Amino acid sequence: MPLKNHRPKPTAPAVRLPKCPTGIQGLDDLTSGGLPRGRPTLVCGGAGCGKTLLAAEFLVRGATQFGEPGVFMSFEETAAELNSNVASLGFDLTGLVRRKKIVVDYVYIERSEIQETGEYDLEGLFVRLNHAIDSIGAKRVVLDTLEALFAGLPNEAILRAELRRLFRWLKAKGVTAVITAERGREQLTRHGLEEYVSDCVILLDHRVHEQIATRHLRVVKYRGALHGTNEFPFLIGEDGISVSPITLLGLDHKVPTGRISTGIPRLDAMLGGRGFFRGSSILLTGTPGAGKTSVAACFAQAAARRGDRVLFFSFEESPSQIVRNMRSIGLRLESLVQRGSLRFHAARPTLCGLEMHLATMFKEIAAFRPAVVIVDPITSLLAAGTDHETKGMVTRLVDYLKVGQVTSLFSSLTHGGHALQQSETAMSSLMDSWLLLQDLEGNGERNRVLYVLKARGMAHSNQVREFLISDRGIDLVDAYIGPSGVLTGASRVAQASREAAEALAGEQDATRRTRESERRRTELEQQIAALRVEYQTEQGDLRRAAEQMSTRTRAKTAVRTELARLRQADANKSGAKSQR
Amino acid sequence: MKTKPVRQPSPAKAGFWHLRLYVAGQTPKSLTALSNLKQICESHLNGRYRIEVVDLAEQPRLSKGDQILAIPTLVRRLPPPMRKIIGDLSDTERVLVGLDLRPAD
Repeated sequence: MPLKNHRPKPTAPAVRLPKCPTGIQGLDDLTSGGLPRGRPTLVCGGAGCGKTLLAAEFLVRGATQFGEPGVFMSFEETAAELNSNVASLGFDLTGLVRRKKIVVDYVYIERSEIQETGEYDLEGLFVRLNHAIDSIGAKRVVLDTLEALFAGLPNEAILRAELRRLFRWLKAKGVTAVITAERGREQLTRHGLEEYVSDCVILLDHRVHEQIATRHLRVVKYRGALHGTNEFPFLIGEDGISVSPITLLGLDHKVPTGRISTGIPRLDAMLGGRGFFRGSSILLTGTPGAGKTSVAACFAQAAARRGDRVLFFSFEESPSQIVRNMRSIGLRLESLVQRGSLRFHAARPTLCGLEMHLATMFKEIAAFRPAVVIVDPITSLLAAGTDHETKGMVTRLVDYLKVGQVTSLFSSLTHGGHALQQSETAMSSLMDSWLLLQDLEGNGERNRVLYVLKARGMAHSNQVREFLISDRGIDLVDAYIGPSGVLTGASRVAQASREAAEALAGEQDATRRTRESERRRTELEQQIAALRVEYQTEQGDLRRAAEQMSTRTRAKTAVRTELARLRQADANKSGAKSQR
Repeated sequence: MKTKPVRQPSPAKAGFWHLRLYVAGQTPKSLTALSNLKQICESHLNGRYRIEVVDLAEQPRLSKGDQILAIPTLVRRLPPPMRKIIGDLSDTERVLVGLDLRPAD
């Protein structure tokens, strides 16, 4: 056949490992589809990491969302304990058990009650598991935690051999199994269970950093599949576990092109005349007292008045305090709150860990469905976590908002000094627009200036503007750029009056010069007139002299003619001569 | 192998022993266990016992009740407290300790 047929087929999914979706938020993205179907997965972690909850959610979601019944074999918690534990995640385990979607089997082992007297195997466990699986046609199995066997059964050699057999058996049975295990000191699990489970290993971790605890999840191993190898924070919320794979966030969200006013007309003008892009994220950096909250509140008021829903996360001030303080600059927020277009959510940053904050924020956003979200300030929230975590958190928040086409404004507190831009680079790369509010000190006063550091996708002003907060709101004034830098406040006023005085002096000078020249012109004109008169007089004299001369000549000629006539001379000759 | 109570004469005495042996199919280990158990009972209990054999391969449901994991497992139902002995009962000394049977009867 021709060469054409040798081309590989565009899609070749045949070799792909079949996946079993967990339904756990984020985990399926992380593992690109879920756990390996029909194989055991090991979930290990220390005490209180959420192993049991993860396993339980895997089963519950399987039963409710994917139509795959499951068996929960618990070696630690009784069925009643388990029910109440997962009820806190909103899972109705009892109901699922009643509807024969899930079997919970509590295996009780007490070493003191057991006497070992020779050869044995764990066929009882197999029988039990097999019976449970077959009774509801289970596709998923959880063994939580198998290591209890090590404590309950004295002969480790037999146990290990039986575990190996168990995993083989689970595979042969074709169930997707989750096996939980305690984290060991030098290995992943205390009893080296990872030796038997080679397909997928997930490590959970619960770390306390500066008194704030965060849970992390890492896919240590996933045979035959691509997976994110990083550590991802996860949280146990009211509706289950959610893993947030930061690095997996794509950059393919839709972007709206509409613009949204900042609430400050001059600032709109600086941003290409029409304000921010709708759905963009804005960073507002400033030193303490530079007016971040005021700018944010202005933006919030403008948006809420336009009819957009605004959600204001405040991590510094209580809502009533913001409303009161903003009244002093002419913003009336309370009516907007009453109307329901503006909503505050205030929380102390140290109240809980970063992940918990994030979860609450996500939930608030999902419930209120705002068009504009303000976080004031993001930096105090950042204090609740490490740099890396907070960057991750901001990334996720920004991404979440962008995907939802929510315009977001994050204020950020920076400390004085020159490293304003530098300190925010981590966050700024995520932001579409960056406004900088700065205090300028000089001549015994502090003044605020604002400039647009960047504004993606729009022509924006490069100028530094002075930023005035008055009881009528915020205004921006052109700042003077003098030889000694930017002039603001009193210096600006002084410079302005100096310039006005100079202008006046120049004007006066010009008037004087005009008058002078006028006078000179008049003078010259007078001189010209005098000269003309003189000239005319001279002309008159000259004419008169000429007239006299001719009269005299005529008289002489007449006399000569008379004489010639009397002397009988030649009339013609003398007549011609006399004409010259 | 169905539940096959091996009845011995004269039950309902004061020191009556009710023993239940869990097996899963007729494996060599199960058979060894049963014959070991019979021998021990004969020599130490002398008719004051009842052995019940439960085959989990036939009645998997029953594994739950006595929390059976290991096969074979011998459960002392009577007298209380309940005791569990796992293995093929080849270590007679340990079986006796496990069953609280003093060899000096």
